[in-house]
Parts: sequence; C-alpha cells; structure tokens
Amino acid sequence: MISDGGSETIVRLDNVSVSFPVYQGGSRSLKKRVLFHGSAGKIGRDANQKIVIEALCDVSFSLPAGNRVALIGPNGAGKTTLLRTIAGIYEPIEGSVVTRGRISPMFDISLGIDPDLSGYENIRLRALLLGFPPGEIETHLPDIVEFTELGDYLDMPVRTYSTGMILRLSFAVATCFKPEILLMDEWILAGDAHFMGKAEARVRNFIERASVMVLASHDLKLCSRWCTMAIWMEQGRVREVGPVDQVIKQYTRSV
Amino acid sequence: MAITVLALGAVYSQIFNMPIRQLLPYIGAGLIVWGFISSIMLDAGALFSGSESYIKQIRLPYSLHACRFVFGKVILLAHDLPIYIVLVAYFGAWPGAVALYAIPGFLLLVVNAVLISLALGMASARFRDIPRIITSLVQIVFLITPIIWTPDLLGPRAYLAYANPLFHLIEIVRAPLLGSLPSAQTVMATLAITAVNLVATTFFFIRFRGRIAYWI
Repeated sequence: MISDGGSETIVRLDNVSVSFPVYQGGSRSLKKRVLFHGSAGKIGRDANQKIVIEALCDVSFSLPAGNRVALIGPNGAGKTTLLRTIAGIYEPIEGSVVTRGRISPMFDISLGIDPDLSGYENIRLRALLLGFPPGEIETHLPDIVEFTELGDYLDMPVRTYSTGMILRLSFAVATCFKPEILLMDEWILAGDAHFMGKAEARVRNFIERASVMVLASHDLKLCSRWCTMAIWMEQGRVREVGPVDQVIKQYTRSV
Repeated sequence: MAITVLALGAVYSQIFNMPIRQLLPYIGAGLIVWGFISSIMLDAGALFSGSESYIKQIRLPYSLHACRFVFGKVILLAHDLPIYIVLVAYFGAWPGAVALYAIPGFLLLVVNAVLISLALGMASARFRDIPRIITSLVQIVFLITPIIWTPDLLGPRAYLAYANPLFHLIEIVRAPLLGSLPSAQTVMATLAITAVNLVATTFFFIRFRGRIAYWI
C-alpha cells in the first residue's frame, strides 16, 4: 500500500473481486430455463451451462491525489476491467471501490460522437454525457477549441475527421473540466508527436491540481514518461505496486 | 398509419355494421395509442443491449437510457397525431375541452412505459429470447384488445375486454380524445396497474441493477 504523506486519497479499492458470467447458448434462453426447471432438469440441460471468469481477484490499492498511474501487464491481465471498475461501470462482486470526485473516462473515442453533427455540436454532446451543465460548457468552449487546433474543421461534420482529429476533440473535452479522476485506455496513444506533447503537458497541469490519472498501456516508455506510479497486473491480481521505474524494471525482467 | 386506419375503418365498419363516422375516429385514436404501446414493448428488449457502447464506457444512470428511449417514442407518436386531428375534423367530431383529459392520461401511460421498458430491457439483457417472445405476444394482444372493435360488441361477455389491462391503458387516453371522460373503472385500473408496475420494477431494478453491465 502506498501512501504519500498526508495527501488525500482519491481512489481506493479494498479486496475487489470481479467475475464475469459467460452465458452461452442455452443459458441465454428463458424458454430453456423454464423447461429445465419444469422438467426437473431432464430437458434443456444446457440451460445451466455457465462459465465464470475471474477478471479481478482480491485487488487492493489506494491512489493519493497528484498521482499518474500506469496500469501494465500482459493481455487479459484485467487492465481494462480494472479501469471500468474504477469508473463504476462494473459493480464488484466482493470488496468496495471508493472514489472521490468527478470521473472522466476515456475508453472509446467515438462514444457519443454523432458523425453527422459538427465538431462544435459534438463537443457539447460529449460534455453533456460527461455530466456538465450546458452553461459551463459554453464558458469552456474557447479553451476546448484552442486545444483541438481544429479551427474551421469544427464547423464540418465529424464524419470528415480522421481518427487523430476525433481523438483531439474527445481528449480536449475530457480534460478541460478538471476531472478529479481521468481514466484512459490504450487508444489514447494514437495521436501524433505534437499532440502527445500537448496532451502530456495538459495532463501534468491538471494532475497538479490534486487529481489522479490512470492509464492502461503496453507502451512502457510512454508509461515511464507520463506516470509516477505503476500497477502491474497479472491474471486479475495485483503483482506489484510502486514507483513507475521500479515496477517497469521488474516487469521487463520477467517477460 | 393513415392508410392502416382508413383501410381497417372501412372494412370493420361493414363487418360490425357500424356507421363509419363513429368507428373511424375510434380506430384512429386507438391505433395511434396502440402504436406507442406496441413499439415500446417491441423495442424495449434492445434497450440495454443496444446501448452497450454507452454502458460499457461511461457510468450513466440506467433510467436515463429508458427515458431517452421513451422520449423517442413520444416524438414518433406526435408524428401520428395529425391523423387523429384530420379524422375528427373531417367527421366533425370535435371532442371539446374534455380532450385535455388525455394529457394526464398520457402522462400515466408514459410513466408505465418507462417502467416497463426498464424491466423488459433488464430481462432481455439476461435472456435473449425475451424480445422474440414479446413479438409474438404483441400480435395476440392487438387482436384481443378493443382497438379495432368496441368492447360492447362482446355483449354480455364484455368482461373479456375489461379484464385486459391494456384496454384501460389505451382507454384512458382514447376516451377523452373521443369526447367522453374515461370511466371510473378505467381510471382505477390504470392507477392500480401503475402502482403494481412501479413496485415490481423498482424491486427488480434494485435487485439486478448492478448486474446489467455484466449481462450485456
């Protein structure tokens, strides 16, 4: 467990376990289920076919304010599930997740993007989805517009944008309202060098205003540049938590 | 919709031997309300499984998805309203101020729609054959509910209509549109349905809300 002197804890997970039921074939069917129970298990045997995958197992850590955390680990280690659990999307089966402040998840850049609307309208739409009042959006609009550097493109429908341009737009919206918790999955790293530099500065800037960023990535170089802490996940368990360089060193040694 | 109303009205007024100027506005108003109810029942199954990308990316209240869904259906219903207006204008059957009672009736219907779409959306996220079961039920319900026929045609067996909860849900909006107040029985039945719906869905929702993200 890492504690950073007296600073405030923003995210805290206690013995969190998440497991997914994988329903297949017959277990998806109400009819088979009724037949199965009605016939004392003689008909529709596959109604009870259920595989449970333990995606997270006994995960505990706490993240004090001002930390940028890298989530590293092999594919299927539970990085995305952990992000979604912090975001409150999956309610854990066991344990508890405590978060303080506004969460700004950025898992999918195309979420809530209507390709036929203009860039401006999509900025408003996305900000509304993230839970900001319309008045506040208007006051932040110039800041967002400036960060995206999209200029006149913002009047065009978003379907004419490239992936990198949509990324700028959603990143600008997600970070401009000073979220206390910023959660990012891999895809964020699709921007060009110039954008990445700007994005890093922006994330640094708002992390200093007492908040937490969690980034799931395989790009270890980027992790050590952007982050201060790292969590090494393996098969749904936390293998190592600590300063980013130390954890990455151990991680590279093991693979 | 307009063609359906005209075709059904023309044929059924002959079958039932009723004046077309009486039956056509009745069928028109009934079909518009039924269109709303049936599209809710048919599409609610995709409520959560269709919003998978939203649910898995961002934490929004689940009721938001239900409200968004029902709101879309209300807008569709508004597009059908001109048919009703043309019909009553053509047959000179203006209901007068009593038609305004359709508004509270419709609000009750909307409350029920939100609740039932939450319940159906949740159940269908878990059991994927529910939307198909509903599709076949909707067809039956359309035929056994007084929409294109009137309950008094049942004669002494009118209870077959009055025992049908959907009759009351339609009637509470349809009766004022045709210029009469819904009967006390209909009002009581609608309130009772709403109460049962509210309790059942709330219980169901509290119990399974946390599982929705896992099911889709």
